[in-house]
Amino acid sequence: MGEAGMNGAGRGASVTLADLEKRYDRVNAVDGVSLDIRSGEFLTLLGPSGSGKTSTLMMIAGFEMPTAGDIEIDGKSVVAMPPYRRNIGMVFQNYALFPHLTVEENIGFPLKQRGVPKAERAKLVAEALELVHLPGYGARYPRQLSGGQQQRVAVARAVVFKPRLLLMDEPLGALDKQLRENLQLEMRRLHADLGITFIYVTHDQEEALTMSDRIAVMNDGKVAQVGSPEDLYDRPTDRFVAGFIGESNFLPAIVRGMEDDIVVAECNGTTIRAVCPGRPATGDKVTLTTRPERLRFTDSAWNATPPQNRLSVTVTEAVFAGERCRYMLQAGDGTSLVLKEPSSAAIQRRAIGERAEISWSVADTILV
Amino acid sequence: MSEITQPSPIAVPLGAPRPLLLNWRRYVPLLLVAPLLIYMLVLYALPVLAMLLRSLNDPTWTLSHYAALFEDVVFMKTFWITFNTSITVTLGCLILGYPVALGLVRAKTMAPLILVIILLPFWTSVLVRSYAWMVLLGRHGLVNEGLIALGMIDRPIRILNTPLATQIAMIHILLPYMILPIANALRQIDPSLIRAASGLGATPFMTFRQVILPLSMSGVAAGTLLTFVLALGFYITPAMVGGPRDITLSMLIAQQVDQLNWAYAATLSAVLLATALAILAAARHLPGVGNAFKTSMR
Ligand SMILES: Nc1ncnc2c1ncn2[C@@H]1O[C@H](COP(=O)(O)OP(=O)(O)OP(=O)(O)O)[C@@H](O)[C@H]1O
Ligand SMILES: [Mg+2]
Repeated sequence: MGEAGMNGAGRGASVTLADLEKRYDRVNAVDGVSLDIRSGEFLTLLGPSGSGKTSTLMMIAGFEMPTAGDIEIDGKSVVAMPPYRRNIGMVFQNYALFPHLTVEENIGFPLKQRGVPKAERAKLVAEALELVHLPGYGARYPRQLSGGQQQRVAVARAVVFKPRLLLMDEPLGALDKQLRENLQLEMRRLHADLGITFIYVTHDQEEALTMSDRIAVMNDGKVAQVGSPEDLYDRPTDRFVAGFIGESNFLPAIVRGMEDDIVVAECNGTTIRAVCPGRPATGDKVTLTTRPERLRFTDSAWNATPPQNRLSVTVTEAVFAGERCRYMLQAGDGTSLVLKEPSSAAIQRRAIGERAEISWSVADTILV
Repeated sequence: MSEITQPSPIAVPLGAPRPLLLNWRRYVPLLLVAPLLIYMLVLYALPVLAMLLRSLNDPTWTLSHYAALFEDVVFMKTFWITFNTSITVTLGCLILGYPVALGLVRAKTMAPLILVIILLPFWTSVLVRSYAWMVLLGRHGLVNEGLIALGMIDRPIRILNTPLATQIAMIHILLPYMILPIANALRQIDPSLIRAASGLGATPFMTFRQVILPLSMSGVAAGTLLTFVLALGFYITPAMVGGPRDITLSMLIAQQVDQLNWAYAATLSAVLLATALAILAAARHLPGVGNAFKTSMR
């Protein structure tokens, strides 16, 4: 979109959630969430079903009243403000298009409420339709559109009045995989074009990783970790995040000491070094985590990085999956590990029952 | 051998009787409703038809009874009163009923109680309710006593046996027929639409005007039609609480039957029936109403 004014920083609202809580009868749907969402950021709330994502979004939009805590938009508390004064765009999972209004009237709806004159309205609606690649669909009714088209109309309606904040609750959840991947890219493009703040809810970790600037992983009404996709994947701070985002191996270990920032731990007689944000005490029982694709067989041709951690294992399962081979391994203490190796005709595949040594980098070993 | 010509394994043992079986199955629904159908045909449709025929063949085949209606002042006046009463009552029901329907749908824990209160009139006979209104609206009835006690009037006013009394009592009786279809339409509005409207900047009033009201129009249409058509045929209530000169079509028909004036009564009945059917037929083509009938019957 070449239009001047559509780009640029400062168009997005900053949002601060402070100790936000929502209690329904017995459930603590949201249990003390604190988050700083920066102006123009694409932030995703990611978490399993029932973790409080929708409840958080509903409180930001103003449809639910927080039980405790505060919500500030651009530094001003909005808790007492009704939704129709908050000037926030919202895309619902079922799109919530008005069935009795045409596409044009649906998109023009927020403009009409703001007293925008008819001619101006028509111009803005046409622009919005252009933005979501649906020009010429204005006269149709929502029921005459496909799911993907309805989703675009819902997005157009949510941004046509130029809000500084756009909330989306699993906006692609009802669509098939192919369409979802296309629309993910379009959402990213839209975010870049509009420059406004996006808060996006999903329970699909892949979607969150590809789209977001930052992800807040939610579990049980709390934020488990906030960070960039790389942060969460490479440096999960707790076991839940490590297990929820991508695949992880967990090794029980005992802390033996520190070498600068590196933890030296013992895992069933083997010394393993790991990175750690805190400073655990010697003798602590801890869990170390690694990603399956960052483990290598020590004698493999793939093994280029100087390995620092080593472990003897037995192969218990070997699966060829096209681009990679997936091995289930068992360490001496019975701990199961997964190793993923890029496949190559030049590499001899391991047989079940074979004993081997695996190795991986200290940087890829996290104490959680 | 192609798959199409090969008989399916299930069809083989049945063999030849297959077409017969198919036919038999097709008539099962008809057989199930047959007892009711015969009952209605013999005891209801035939007598009604016989009655209506009298407007055409009494004493010989003729259209003169219908032609006479155009110069019949009594008929014209009665028809007008009936129509007028029905319109007033329908409007009254709409104005009183819509907010109740809205309240019924909004209420959460109170909803069953409200529903019982709405349906209470259904469980009492029209006769009893009309007597109750006679007691309430009479010269020394509760309404007059109350107004005097409040100092709003000095002497009892005449309410009973006026068109107003008819309208009040008929609105009371017909209200559920208005409320239920509207409540049904309101209940089917997706709550996320109301949230969406609010999030897009519509105040509660604007949300009502632009989203809730238009989406409930199918229910309004169904309720209005139902109420109006039922009001057209009212007899007991206007006869008991209405004015002596405010005669509705049904009252006129009853009067003529009493006087054994069968041909005239039959002609009037035919006109009443035709009016109701014509309104239903015309309304079917209004946008949304065809569907409204289906939804209100759920
Ligand atoms: N209106 C409500 N009344 C009572 N409990 C509720 C209500 N809304 C949500 N909850 C509960 O609050 C918790 C969080 O719900 P929420 O809808 O925020 O989860 P979510 O993360 O959006 O999940 P999902 O991915 O399934 O949409 C759940 O345990 C849910 O049952
Ligand atoms: Mg949800």
